[in-house]
Amino acid sequence: MKKKLVMIGNGMAGMRAIEEILAANPDMFDITIFGAEKYPNYNRIMLSPVLAGDTTVEEIILNDEQWYADHGITLHLGKRVSEIQRGYKKVVAEDGTVAEYDNLIIATGSNPFIIPIPGHDKEGVMAFRDIDDCDAMFEAAKTYKKAAVIGGGLLGLEAAKGLLHLGMDVTVIHDQATLMNMQLDAVAGEMLRDELESQGMKFRVSTLTTEVLGDKRVTGLKFKDGSTLDCELLIMAVGIRPNKQLAEECGIFCNRGIVVNDYMQTVTDPSIYSVGECAEHRGIAYGLVAPLFEQAKVLAYQITGQGLKSYQGSVVSTKLKISGVDVFSAGDFMGGPGADIVELTDRVGGVYKKLVLEDDKIKGVVMFGDTADGPTFFQWMQDGKDVSEMRSTLLFSASGLGDSGHSGLDQASQMSDETIVCGCNGVSKKDIVDAIVKEGLTTRKEITACTKAAGSCGGCAGLVDQLLAATLGTAFVESDHEPICACTELNHEQVKEQVKNKHLTHVREVMHVLDWEGEGCQVCRPAINYYIGMIWPEEAEDDRTSRIANEKMHANIQKDGTFSVIPRIYGGETTPDALIRIATVAKKYNVPTVKITGGQRIDLLGVKKEDLIPMWKDLDMPSGYAYGKALRTVKTCVGSQWCRFGTQDSTALGIHLEKELERMWFPAKVKLAVSGCPRNCAEATIKDVGIVGVDGGWEIHCGGNGGVHVVATELLCIVETAEEVEEIVKAYLQHYRETGRHNERCAPWQQRVGLESIKAAVVDDIDNRKALVERLHQYLATQDKDPWVERIEDAEKENLKTFTEYKPIEIPVRVEA
Amino acid sequence: MNNWIEVCKLDEIPRSAARTVRAGDTVIAIFRLSDDRVKAVENRCPHRQGPLAEGIVSGDDILCPLHNWRIHLDSGEVAPPDEGCVKTYAVKIEDGQVLLSLA
Ligand SMILES: Cc1cc2nc3c(=O)[nH]c(=O)nc-3n(C[C@H](O)[C@H](O)[C@H](O)COP(=O)(O)OP(=O)(O)OC[C@H]3O[C@@H](n4cnc5c(N)ncnc54)[C@H](O)[C@@H]3O)c2cc1C
Ligand code: SF4
Repeated sequence: MKKKLVMIGNGMAGMRAIEEILAANPDMFDITIFGAEKYPNYNRIMLSPVLAGDTTVEEIILNDEQWYADHGITLHLGKRVSEIQRGYKKVVAEDGTVAEYDNLIIATGSNPFIIPIPGHDKEGVMAFRDIDDCDAMFEAAKTYKKAAVIGGGLLGLEAAKGLLHLGMDVTVIHDQATLMNMQLDAVAGEMLRDELESQGMKFRVSTLTTEVLGDKRVTGLKFKDGSTLDCELLIMAVGIRPNKQLAEECGIFCNRGIVVNDYMQTVTDPSIYSVGECAEHRGIAYGLVAPLFEQAKVLAYQITGQGLKSYQGSVVSTKLKISGVDVFSAGDFMGGPGADIVELTDRVGGVYKKLVLEDDKIKGVVMFGDTADGPTFFQWMQDGKDVSEMRSTLLFSASGLGDSGHSGLDQASQMSDETIVCGCNGVSKKDIVDAIVKEGLTTRKEITACTKAAGSCGGCAGLVDQLLAATLGTAFVESDHEPICACTELNHEQVKEQVKNKHLTHVREVMHVLDWEGEGCQVCRPAINYYIGMIWPEEAEDDRTSRIANEKMHANIQKDGTFSVIPRIYGGETTPDALIRIATVAKKYNVPTVKITGGQRIDLLGVKKEDLIPMWKDLDMPSGYAYGKALRTVKTCVGSQWCRFGTQDSTALGIHLEKELERMWFPAKVKLAVSGCPRNCAEATIKDVGIVGVDGGWEIHCGGNGGVHVVATELLCIVETAEEVEEIVKAYLQHYRETGRHNERCAPWQQRVGLESIKAAVVDDIDNRKALVERLHQYLATQDKDPWVERIEDAEKENLKTFTEYKPIEIPVRVEA
Repeated sequence: MNNWIEVCKLDEIPRSAARTVRAGDTVIAIFRLSDDRVKAVENRCPHRQGPLAEGIVSGDDILCPLHNWRIHLDSGEVAPPDEGCVKTYAVKIEDGQVLLSLA
């Protein structure tokens, strides 16, 4: 029988959680939703543009009633829940409707705060929160002329702008000197005020309101200094309060909001969750949708039992949605005394940009006028990117320097035609605009297909979107997630989810069921092949036609069309016999170059394709997998067996790990190293996993990379025994196999998901660790044969199923030139 | 005038893969598409001479293993934005035999 899930509140955060739950497991729950408003879920954020006449109520509905019906959800609209009976596990609505639950989600959002000054309950005093408020303002504007808004924050200014649009005379009253003082510094606040004044808005700053005047209806305001202002409509936009009353009444622990743990469960009752503005996580109740959507995802993970994903809190950024006014702010934008500040002020041009740096990293940003780079800076801030190299040009155009985000149109439209937009593929602005116009393109995907722009590192995606938007105007819809490639709409996570939920075990089946375009390409086919093998190790059939050339051939193709052969040398330790065999083979097949590799093994380069099979046969050594997204090498130092400094036997551990993990496929190649003491001769701290022996134990480091982009590892944990090392390394690698995206190395993966979440999954949660290791062993059990041996046998038996051609068919004819 | 040469049996080419044929100095890749039709082109990408037979077959296209150029196997044309063309050859299947014409 399905479990019963009830949700109170039919708003943005709650409904996102429901969508995530349905995506994760559509059949797990019977869902009932209560919403106090009479509308189905709509995009509350867009109420400001609705008021300002830029869009309509119909257009901002996110899930219409049909959607609920299609998903078998019982929806009670216009019914406010008045009581939660935890003892009986049911909720009761004001009209007497009752619903029983196994799990309950409280997503009641927040209530606008009304300052309790005398007269606050008069007619014509209202907040700006929902569609009804919007309607009331439309109505009032028909009869009345003078409006006041208390609160010069984001919401207040957007409301004031809307009322201006409705033809009212609007004064904003703000208690601080600076508008939007929570998001802006004095300079930006002043520029904002200048701009809004030029649009007709009036201001009274540093002003406290003490009384609402009038008989039945508001007629004016009285201020602390004794002065007054006439007004016939008053909007209070001074903040929100988490709507926690229901929870509090049934004994759920609340502070500012409903207190939840990292899995969005209320701390009092684990069967009751809370998400959205009503929830308080680590002392914070958020008031913007981005963090709420993150919370919704975590909630869905937890409630559907998909395993560990915890919410760690969010850093938020702010944008104001008033047309013609671009404001962006994030982080610590004030900067304390002695702060390192990079600033650009152009009062005449109306542009102000300020970055607060600390240790060469962005700590905060505030921008006015030209906010195109806001998202880029925000990203860099979250990534902790070192910006010392680009200090001098930083404020002119961050996007031109590298990654770029989605943002306003300013930047793209200001670029010259010749400017290279996509550096990887050398595509200019003109190329892109021409393609859009001549080929009638409407999506970034099509632009990528046509010009290659944004097809490589993707750093210019934001700019391409800007050009598309600028060229097409409002016909353009921004893409909100990155698909794997042009063959599908789905991203990596969605494909994995579907492979799992729909039990898909063949590459072709995946493409068919998930509506792939065509037969896939070199990006998606290998990715799908990896995912099915990872998720269904025992059932999935490896599709060799979806492997790239190197993996098909089990050898690396070199630039002249020859191949290289690298046998496995466990831990870099070899024997005279093995060396003699390698030397004999190299001589027999006239191998032109024999090279000792950085991974402590021997590379035979310049091998002809037809020699591969006979060479492997003569070598009679395991394949080194140097050609695959697989375990490559475990580099070791000599360790305590020989080294006078050595505290641990690094060679023995390295050899053991390599033997345990060989034949393992990963999202990308994986290299390990083991050093016998902190002198770290095996350079373990730039490997995917590096182990360093210390007195009485081992340090496990992870997520390093020694390639183009050197990344040092982070310390995962310290353990005492080699057995523990083995278990944790296996769990880490399996966690990476499961949550990494195809072609994503450990280092960027770790940066994406965060070391803390990895620690939680593989170090702290012992049950989960064991389960990961178990799954890794299950997979390894299916990889019981060396690929070189398999190919030799295939060739001898002419087995076509796993066939790879090593020798062309000769025909006795010449082709005329 | 086509002069058909027997190359191998259709069954000897795995589906969605290729086999190569050496005729003197020229190597020709014969592809068996996912729906069992066959196509033949010279085994040299016009870009950097990549061995097309080792690429990924996608519909009627082959993706070069070196730099992922997409080449249409019917016309030999490279898909835009790249440019170029490879030589195509006539192939057909008769009684399960793959026949190639070098004319
Ligand atoms: C005008 C405006 C502009 C905004 N602009 C932005 C912006 O630009 N960017 C941004 O990130 N955020 C913005 N926000 C904030 C954003 O809309 C909210 O953070 C978000 O909607 C909160 O989602 P929620 O689900 O927690 O609450 P809500 O969306 O408010 O949903 C809660 C729902 O629960 C219902 N409810 C409450 N109690 C009960 C009960 N007892 N029984 C049944 N139903 C109940 C309420 O009626 C409500 O419909 C804006 C908000 C407003 C009002
Ligand atoms: S890391 Fe330590 S044990 Fe290993 S070789 Fe260097 S000094 Fe010796």
